[in-house]
Amino acid sequence: MILPFFIIIPLLAAFLIALISGERDNWAIAVAVIAMLALLCLALFGFVTIGAQTQVYQMGAWKIPYTICLVLDALSAFMLVIISGIGLTALMFSVFYIRHLSTSWKYYALFMLLITGMNGVVATGDLFNLFVFMEIALFAAYALVSYGSRAEEFEASFKYAIMGSISSTLVLVGIAIVYSATSNLTMATIAQLLPQNPTVMYFAGGIFLAAFGLKSAMMPFHAWLPDAHSSAPAPISSMLSGVLIKTLGVYVLVRLFYNVLGAPPLFLKMFMIFGSISILVASFLAMGQWDFKRLLAYSSISQIGFILLGLGIGTRWAILGAIFHILNHAIFKALLFYNAGTVEMVLGTRDLRQMGNLTKILPYTTATSMCGTLAVAGMPPFNGFFSKLIIIIAAVHAGHPIYASIAVAGSFLTLVYFMKVQRYGFHGKKVIEREGVKIGWGMRTAMIILAVLTLATSLLILPGIRTAVLDPVVAVIMNKTGYITQVLGGNL
Amino acid sequence: MTLYLMCFALLLIGIYGIIVKRDLVKIIIASGIMGYASNLLLILFAYRKGGIYPILEKGKDMTGRVMVDPLPQALVLTSIVIELGITAMLIALAIRIFEKYKTFDITKIRRLKG
Repeated sequence: MILPFFIIIPLLAAFLIALISGERDNWAIAVAVIAMLALLCLALFGFVTIGAQTQVYQMGAWKIPYTICLVLDALSAFMLVIISGIGLTALMFSVFYIRHLSTSWKYYALFMLLITGMNGVVATGDLFNLFVFMEIALFAAYALVSYGSRAEEFEASFKYAIMGSISSTLVLVGIAIVYSATSNLTMATIAQLLPQNPTVMYFAGGIFLAAFGLKSAMMPFHAWLPDAHSSAPAPISSMLSGVLIKTLGVYVLVRLFYNVLGAPPLFLKMFMIFGSISILVASFLAMGQWDFKRLLAYSSISQIGFILLGLGIGTRWAILGAIFHILNHAIFKALLFYNAGTVEMVLGTRDLRQMGNLTKILPYTTATSMCGTLAVAGMPPFNGFFSKLIIIIAAVHAGHPIYASIAVAGSFLTLVYFMKVQRYGFHGKKVIEREGVKIGWGMRTAMIILAVLTLATSLLILPGIRTAVLDPVVAVIMNKTGYITQVLGGNL
Repeated sequence: MTLYLMCFALLLIGIYGIIVKRDLVKIIIASGIMGYASNLLLILFAYRKGGIYPILEKGKDMTGRVMVDPLPQALVLTSIVIELGITAMLIALAIRIFEKYKTFDITKIRRLKG
């Protein structure tokens, strides 16, 4: 039973860090790194062993309708691998990056709480427990966004916290409505009972769509994201953009709308509409930005649009593309935020017009940023190309040529605004002397690992590897009754 | 039914406050009101007409009587604690914003744009 450890390890690490750290952060770093390594090993072990099965852990020896249960299937194991993988590189990056802000242990304790919340959301099979873990993750995220203690960061964090509390209230209202109809909080039993009552299902579904749409920053609900993600310290930006909006937003949307509500066509249609709005509008907004991290934040909204579009089309290939794009976006967006953080640390600016000469000052950062740019813009052989291609082909196959052309246009616009980053930012004409700040080896290693991964993950598309890695995840989403029978039937 | 509608009105008051008010403190209070509305909704769903407290005692006559649903009460306790944390966080942020900007007026706190 490895399931409870996904929550125990980071939670224990957070409190241990608070207990044993003194003035300096050495012990905090050691504990955090050990915890993240353990989590990554556990997540990989879980993903490799789980296959098409489902593990259910029932807390406190209660039986399923009454207990809080934790569920591990291919989809949650996949998300756990992404969380701990990106989390580990973010931790490597932060060890060197955060020291120029402060040397306090508080950062690492909050970071582990963020991981706890996200792991909990992914592992839980109980609707209210999901809400609690979501709040843990968000609480840590609010604190981490304002960690640098500058005026803009407090402003962004306040905005984020208010938007977050609106969406949390909506989630609670949705849970109350679902509970009133089913007298149950376990997601599998809700999935059994709720479709008998379509009015409540559509009402609660609409509320959940707004609430988790706010968390995943789909276009009409996106206002908090560019501020929060561009103001946070770089490793936190990459955690928020790469992982948090996917676990709290997209993963929960998938779990609720596919596994619990049984993929009602109305909501899938809305996914497609919101997704294509996000792709187009966010791309145009990103083009107008001169702030590097703000441009990346808008690009995140646009890429989330691709994922939602894939989920909305709902055929097997489209979902494969969406799942693949979740992984790819986590990798290349984290990489690009590390690049932005390194540049900001060395030059002291995020304005693309103030940059230049970076090929000489920061050779590794420039090289890896090129990998990230090509991946996000969808150039073969990088991973972004394949996931976008699958989504576009699936859209054409499913008979949605308009959505397919929107996705193609969005992909092209992505290339345009990232060319702007390369042209004005990394290969700009402004001559800058090297300043005193040195980037640590951890930052460089984190960037190189992710840059290699942008190439390596495109291997996942090869048929043999795909059937082993991505197909079980797609099977969990596509199988409408599988979740119910697996969770309720596999009672230990 | 009226009770549910009034509860919904309370939720709308909270959202109205967050959208319209310009003062950080008033926005925090409005988000609190919104939270109370969702808690109240949970409690309302748990209420049974003429229901008694959900504890089985020796010699308690249960014939023909219903109990209120105890689970939402537990949920509301959890959600109150969470809300307390969030409110404390919001207030702490508001204090730090005031230190930096010397104002609570959100129309003057606009360094982030675009």
